[in-house]
Amino acid sequence: MERDECLQMIYPELEDKLVVTIMGACAQELYNLGHRENFFYLQHAMGLASSIGLGLATHLPNERVVVLDGDGSVLMNLGTFATLARYHPKNLIHVIFDNGSLLSTGGFESHTSSGVTDLDAIARGAGIRHVAHAVTTLDFGEAFLAAVEREDLSVIVAKVAAVGPDHYGMDLELGENAFRFRRWIQERARTRGGTA
Amino acid sequence: MMRRDAWIAATRPRLDTPSTTRDTFRTPGKSRAMTVSYDNSKIIFDGIKAAGIRSISALPETWLGPLLQRAEDDPDVHLLQVAKEEEAIGIAAGAYFAGMPHVLLMQNHGFLAAINGIVSLAQLYRVPLCMLIALRGHWGEPYPWHTRGGIVTEPVLRALEIPFEYARDPQQVAKQIREAWTFSHSSLSPVALLLTRDLMED
Repeated sequence: MERDECLQMIYPELEDKLVVTIMGACAQELYNLGHRENFFYLQHAMGLASSIGLGLATHLPNERVVVLDGDGSVLMNLGTFATLARYHPKNLIHVIFDNGSLLSTGGFESHTSSGVTDLDAIARGAGIRHVAHAVTTLDFGEAFLAAVEREDLSVIVAKVAAVGPDHYGMDLELGENAFRFRRWIQERARTRGGTA
Repeated sequence: MMRRDAWIAATRPRLDTPSTTRDTFRTPGKSRAMTVSYDNSKIIFDGIKAAGIRSISALPETWLGPLLQRAEDDPDVHLLQVAKEEEAIGIAAGAYFAGMPHVLLMQNHGFLAAINGIVSLAQLYRVPLCMLIALRGHWGEPYPWHTRGGIVTEPVLRALEIPFEYARDPQQVAKQIREAWTFSHSSLSPVALLLTRDLMED
């Protein structure tokens, strides 16, 4: 299974959700499917995508938040599982694409390579109740839809091949992405009469 | 269980006990007992609320303890306790995108542990951070393990171009918190208010 296939599968579902993605291949593949104003690409600060997701989900209970994380990134912030479990935002879906590789920085094996480190077990042990493991695109699609319907904090670990896009580049400055992402949230809160 | 309760009673006294009996510890080599200032912790907490802030991320430490206890007990305040301070940079960014005024409470060693998030999320994406930082390891510090972090905090803030002020006077601190929040949002930058020993200890 490739991450790009997974992203294609859930892309229509992301239309009305706040999406935070990690840097590199994951960000580029999502962008290549078509940028939306509700997508935030964290192009650095590895590990913090899920923390941003927690900040969004906590303060915007009427929105659904999807974090697209990776094994290399989440290994830099394993405490995030414990913090997520403790505060338990019901409107957050945390997807981890586990390719066992630090692909964007040269393809060195990560600690999850060859099953050494089990991210599912770490998430469960941290106290997250709904943890799914996907090895096929069908598994992944079903796990994602189940998480959407569940309306409870869900982690999905998707085992994907260590392959990425053939080019990198976005017509979107970093600050521009942040300003527009924030504005999209604020506008939506205004039109909904929401709480933002 | 009895032993545990006794330990809790000794180390986590209730807010309504007289301040002279709370969190008392001896400075090594000195006879003077020092306490975390409950009165000034209340002034800081009230200052945060007066600035319109209802969302707080924090990692507990001794000086911040009474302040966080108040945050935890206040139903109007949303407190998120992190496992490591860098997480709080992400949470603060999420709160900013959500339009929710937010303050970060941390020890200076936690600030040092959060630097990549500050640089590569907050500064890179122009996300404001209002950080209240307990300045351990500085003037009057009795504990050797705090001292290196205390000595390098100001030069690191300068190197990172993070505007900062020292909070020493309980009569000024509420205004300083309000101004820190205002400046962080007008400059779209991290801003630090350093909580000093003068303010945090009786």
